[in-house]
Amino acid sequence: MFEVVRLSKHFGGVTAVHEVSFSVNEGEIFSIMGPNGAGKTTVLNLISRFYDVDEGTIQFAGEDITHAPPHEIARKGIARTFQNIELFERETVLQNLLIAQYIHRKTNIFSDLLFLPRVRRQEAQSRRFLEDIIDLLHLQRYREQQIHSLPFGVRKLVELARALCLKPKLLLLDEPSSGLNPEETEDLSFWIEDINKELGVTIVMVEHDMNLIGQVSNRVLVLASGRSIALGTPVEVKDHPDVISAYLGT
Amino acid sequence: MRFVLKTDYHRDSDLFRDRVQFSWYAALFIFVLCLPIVSGTYVESQLTTVFMWSIAGAGLMILVGYTGLISLGHAAFLSVGAYTHAIMLDLGVPFFVSIPLAMVLCSALGVVVSIAALRMTGIYLAIATLAFAMIVEKIVKNWSAVTGGNAGFKVAPPELFGWELNSTAYYYFCLLVLTLVMLCVSNLLRAPTGRAFIAVRDSEISAQAMGINLLKTKALAFAISAALTGLAGTLLAYQWHYLFPDSFSMLTSIQLLMLVIIGGLGSMSGVVFGAIFITLLPDGIATVREWLPDSIGNLPGLEPLTFGLLLILVLIFEPLGINGRWQKMRLFFSQFPLYRNKTLKRQKSFLRTERVH
Ligand SMILES: Nc1ncnc2c1ncn2[C@@H]1O[C@H](COP(=O)(O)OP(=O)(O)OP(=O)(O)O)[C@@H](O)[C@H]1O
Ligand SMILES: [Mg+2]
Repeated sequence: MFEVVRLSKHFGGVTAVHEVSFSVNEGEIFSIMGPNGAGKTTVLNLISRFYDVDEGTIQFAGEDITHAPPHEIARKGIARTFQNIELFERETVLQNLLIAQYIHRKTNIFSDLLFLPRVRRQEAQSRRFLEDIIDLLHLQRYREQQIHSLPFGVRKLVELARALCLKPKLLLLDEPSSGLNPEETEDLSFWIEDINKELGVTIVMVEHDMNLIGQVSNRVLVLASGRSIALGTPVEVKDHPDVISAYLGT
Repeated sequence: MRFVLKTDYHRDSDLFRDRVQFSWYAALFIFVLCLPIVSGTYVESQLTTVFMWSIAGAGLMILVGYTGLISLGHAAFLSVGAYTHAIMLDLGVPFFVSIPLAMVLCSALGVVVSIAALRMTGIYLAIATLAFAMIVEKIVKNWSAVTGGNAGFKVAPPELFGWELNSTAYYYFCLLVLTLVMLCVSNLLRAPTGRAFIAVRDSEISAQAMGINLLKTKALAFAISAALTGLAGTLLAYQWHYLFPDSFSMLTSIQLLMLVIIGGLGSMSGVVFGAIFITLLPDGIATVREWLPDSIGNLPGLEPLTFGLLLILVLIFEPLGINGRWQKMRLFFSQFPLYRNKTLKRQKSFLRTERVH
C-alpha cells in the first residue's frame, strides 16, 4: 500500500537519511525507532513533502507521490501529527478539528460568502462527523476551549483527533507518547489500536517507547545515523545486535 | 454569567451566539437607522465616514487579522477603486455597474500583488506592498489625461434613476453597503474558506498538512481584501467630491493599518471600533493642538507622529486592541465579583522551534 525506496536527504554536509527503504501493508501498524538525530522525523517530513526528496521514490496507493506538492498529500489520504505539536493556537478545539474538513468541502468561495443553505448543511454534517472522533478520543470536555489553555497531553490528543478528521487512509505519528505520563501512554496504546481496527487506518509511527511499540506494532524499522539497520517484529528487533550497539553508542 | 445550551449542530454556525446577543445588535442597528432623524448633519457625515472606514478596514482585517499577512499599501486599492468609479461615472456608467467593476479591477490587482509577494512575509511583504502603492500613486499622478493628475478629478454626485441622493440618503446607502459587507465577511469566516485563512495565519505548516494550498489561499485573501477596500474607495469618492493623488498616500495606508490594529486584530467588531477611532482622531488632534503651545502645536509632523506613537502604545499595552479591552470589560461585569485579574493571561506556550518536527 505504501512504499519508500532508497530514500535519501542531505542538509548541507549532513546526511539525515541515507537510502532508507521500507514498505507498509494495508492495515498494519508500522513503527520507526532510533536514537536522537537518527532521521526519523526527516523521513516523515519527506513523506509529507515538507522537504524535497534528494534521491529515491515514495509510492502511495499505487501512485508516485515523490514530487506531489505538500497540500496534495492530505487529499491523497495521508494525515500526520508533529513531534512538537502544530495546532492553531488561538482557536478552539472544535475550530481546529473543523479545519480538517476543508479538503472534504463541496462548497466554494461564493456559496461561503452568502452562507447558502448547502453551506449550513455541510457545516452540520461536519459537526456530526467530528462528534464521532471527539467521542472516540474522549475530548467532549474540551470542545470550546482554546488550545493555548489546554495541558500538553490534551493538545497531543487534539492533534491526533485533527489528523483523524481528515479521514486518512495512512496516519503518520511523530512520537505520540512523548510528554505523556504512563497512564496517558497506556490510554494512547488502546486508542492507536482502536483507530487501526475500527477506523481501518494504516499507521506509521515514530516512537521511543519500546513498551508501546511492542504492544501495538506489527513491524519495526530501526534507523541510526540516517541508515536503516534492522527491520522486523518488535521481538526480533529488540535483540538485534546492531540495534543494541546503536543505542549503546558503540 | 450566561451559558448557551446547544441542542443542535446548526447552533455552531449561527451568526449570533444567542437571542440576547442578537437583540443587542438589532438595537444598535435600529439606533443607527433612526439617528439621522434627530442628529445634525455633522454627526451624520461623521458616521458616514465611520461606515466607509469600516468597509475599508474589513478588507484589510481579512488580510492582516485573519490571514496574517501585512500590507502597507492598501491606500492604493482605495485609490484605484475611487478613480475607476469616478472615471466610469464620468463616462456615463451607472453606479451600480461601476462599483462592481471597480471591485473586480481591485481584486485583480490584489491577485497580481499577491503573486509578486506570495513568498514573502513580514517586513519584506510590507516593503513590497509599500512599493506597489508608490507605483500606483505615481501612475495616478502622471496619467493626467485620464485621472486629471495633480489638478484633481471631479466626481459626479451620487444619483439613482435621475434622483440625486442627499447626504441622509447617502448615509443610508453606506449603512446598507456596510451591513452587507459585514454579513458576507462573517459568512466567510464561519465557512471553510475563512477557516483556511485562519489556518494559514496560525501555522503555515499545519495548514499545508490540512490540505490547504498556501499560495491560492493567500491570493484569495488578497483578492477579497482588495475588492472590499476598493469598494470603500468608490464610496469615499462620492464623499470627497474631488479626487487628488495625494489623498491616497502612505499616511492613508498607515491609518488603515492603525484602524485594524487599534480596533483589535482578528475581530470584525474591532473594525468598527477602529473606524470610529480613526474618524475621531483628526478632530482630537486638532483640539489638542490648540491647548499646546504654538511652538509644539504647529509642528508639521504632529499627526503622523501621533499615529506612530499610538500604534506603538497599543501594541505594547493592549495587543488585542479596543475589542480586546471591550471583551475584558464585559467579562469583568458578567463575572463580578469573581473576576480574577489573570483570567485572560495567556498560558506560556510550549517550546516551538523553527525546525519542522
Ligand atoms: N531543516 C533541517 N536543516 C538542517 N538539518 C536538519 C534539518 N532537519 C533535520 N536536520 C538534521 O537531520 C538529522 C536528523 O534529524 P531528525 O529530526 O530527523 O532526527 P530524529 O530522528 O527525528 O530525532 P529526534 O529523536 O530527536 O526527534 C539531525 O542531524 C538534524 O540535525
Ligand atoms: Mg524527531
